[in-house]
Amino acid sequence: MVNLNVNIGNLSLKNPVLTASGTFGYGPEFADFIDLNRLGGFIVKGTTLEPRQGNPYPRMVETPSGMINAVGLQNKGVDYFIEHIYPQIKDVDSQIIVNVSGAGVDDYVEVCRRLQQHTNIKAVEVNISCPNVKQGGMAFGTTCEGAASVTRAVRKAFEGTVLVKLSPNVTDIAEIARAVEAEGADSVSLINTVMAMAIDVERRKPYLSTVTGGLSGAAVRPIAVRMVWQVAKAVKIPVIGLGGIMNGRDALEFILAGATAVEIGTANFINPAVTVEVIDYIEDYCTRHGVDNVNSLIGALDY
Amino acid sequence: MKRIIVFRIVSNTALGSNYTLMKLTPEDNAELPDTCPGQFVQIYVPDSKSTYLRRPISINFVDKKSNQLWLLIRNAGDGTAALMRMKAEERLNIIMPLGNGFTLPSDGERKLLLVGGGVGVAPLYALGHKLVDGGYRPVFLLGARSESDLLMLDEFKALGDVMICTDDGSVGHHGVVTTHEVMNGTFDRIYCCGPMPMMKAVANMVRNSGAECEVSLENTMACGVGACLCCVEPTVKGNVCVCTEGPVFNINQLTW
Ligand SMILES: Cc1cc2nc3c(=O)[nH]c(=O)nc-3n(C[C@H](O)[C@H](O)[C@H](O)COP(=O)(O)OP(=O)(O)OC[C@H]3O[C@@H](n4cnc5c(N)ncnc54)[C@H](O)[C@@H]3O)c2cc1C
Ligand SMILES: Cc1cc2nc3c(=O)[nH]c(=O)nc-3n(C[C@H](O)[C@H](O)[C@H](O)COP(=O)(O)O)c2cc1C
Ligand code: FES
Repeated sequence: MVNLNVNIGNLSLKNPVLTASGTFGYGPEFADFIDLNRLGGFIVKGTTLEPRQGNPYPRMVETPSGMINAVGLQNKGVDYFIEHIYPQIKDVDSQIIVNVSGAGVDDYVEVCRRLQQHTNIKAVEVNISCPNVKQGGMAFGTTCEGAASVTRAVRKAFEGTVLVKLSPNVTDIAEIARAVEAEGADSVSLINTVMAMAIDVERRKPYLSTVTGGLSGAAVRPIAVRMVWQVAKAVKIPVIGLGGIMNGRDALEFILAGATAVEIGTANFINPAVTVEVIDYIEDYCTRHGVDNVNSLIGALDY
Repeated sequence: MKRIIVFRIVSNTALGSNYTLMKLTPEDNAELPDTCPGQFVQIYVPDSKSTYLRRPISINFVDKKSNQLWLLIRNAGDGTAALMRMKAEERLNIIMPLGNGFTLPSDGERKLLLVGGGVGVAPLYALGHKLVDGGYRPVFLLGARSESDLLMLDEFKALGDVMICTDDGSVGHHGVVTTHEVMNGTFDRIYCCGPMPMMKAVANMVRNSGAECEVSLENTMACGVGACLCCVEPTVKGNVCVCTEGPVFNINQLTW
């Protein structure tokens, strides 16, 4: 038996495979395809204080080995989540992590406070890296001061595990990671989508209503692996790696680069059963490589 | 329940140079899941390096007797071109059934018009069958650019009265569907699937006629299961996902 259990702060995951926010709905959307109880955890849709309608259609365009989205954090708000969605998922034998977004620091704090008061959710992922909203979002994630200010405030407001999700749209991601570590983040997750743009040349128009959006999928994986490797060397807290993971082999790239756990995003759209296949692959890989504890693979890059 | 099913292609028959009618059966011969006319499937396209996401295609027909799924596909780009090239015995990975279907007529609704444009006739074939099984005799108004873009005419004629329009006048009424005289008749229920301008024109024409009217939207999709929120359409209830709350909508729900 391979031990697949990993820890992120006080949060114990039965295996290192999580789902990425915004790509897995709230979970039940995938219950026809996989047993949700098998997941290490699932990170639900970006949640804000007030309901949001998101950006106008068109919000998505396919690009080589990826897609650009500009959904813009459409969600029904934290109160709706607590009242209507949480009861449907609270008994899943896995860890539920809520991805939190806001236009200002107070929004992040209030969402976390309500989650703490009304749910048993043990962890939040603070999204300071959404490229698709005008206010807040990525604005916090691209400077050390911005990232630090949100982290500091959430750290005070939320007793559970605090993950901070980093933007790749910066010059030095390791510096941002160190800034949030210094403010008490339990973990950093990276990467969010890469700012991108595509043009319909016949119509001379951008494909997205917002002109620019965020690139995800296999196309971003080499960038993500590089950033995880840099950040893992720069901080002591556990790193969660994501960006373009399509299968088990891809997930192991992140673990070897220094990730304690991985998130799977866009791949769920193409293969809704990909998460459990990745879990099985990691276990099988450990067996093949004579590894009895997945933790010994973290950062085990030979170079 | 939605399932991921590996299908074996039974036949893939070109209809002219731009369309294909693909018939498939589950590789393991398991019985096809129950479906309703108007629902769609998401196809993983093999052998197309430029196609990353699945492609949504309407259920054209489900033949319970032979356990076959039929898909009517137009060559619209690399993904659909790759599907057109596929041969019998090759395999396709498909998620189905997805979305909602057309609302069947309620008691007292007898006069039914099915309006299809181009490859938009695809789901109307399954719907026509269902209506005929229910004892109705639907009227079909089928429009296309030209004669060679009119699809499955013989099959539709076996189900009800068929009126034809072509943009270039090569066959049938010369003009778009809304200029066909049948549109002046009274109907209890109208079903419409085709290009967006056609559906909007039909919707505007029948909005105050007392007929219920449903259209099937083709918003660009990534997941097809309500997870990504990429496919939204503005409605009277705000933005909703076409893949889960549609693709079929009553025109009264839309903000057209
Ligand atoms: C619910 C639904 C049912 C459909 N039913 C049918 C059908 O029965 N028969 C049929 O021939 N076509 C159908 N379509 C349209 C079909 O999905 C697109 O033509 C196809 O995805 C184009 O892919 P491509 O790679 O060949 O072309 P691309 O080069 O990728 O695109 C060509 C055009 O297709 C559109 N398109 C591309 N990707 C998607 C996507 N993921 N979702 C929706 N549109 C897209 C693009 O906006 C573009 O205008 C349906 C679409 C939807 C949403
Ligand atoms: C449609 C879509 C919606 C997303 N919504 C969110 C979100 O609400 N919050 C967030 O932190 N990240 C969001 N993301 C980013 C993903 O969680 C992930 O960071 C990114 O897609 C890279 O991973 P991937 O290549 O595996 O998809 C979204 C991505 C996509 C494609
Ligand atoms: S296509 Fe993902 S929500 Fe509709």
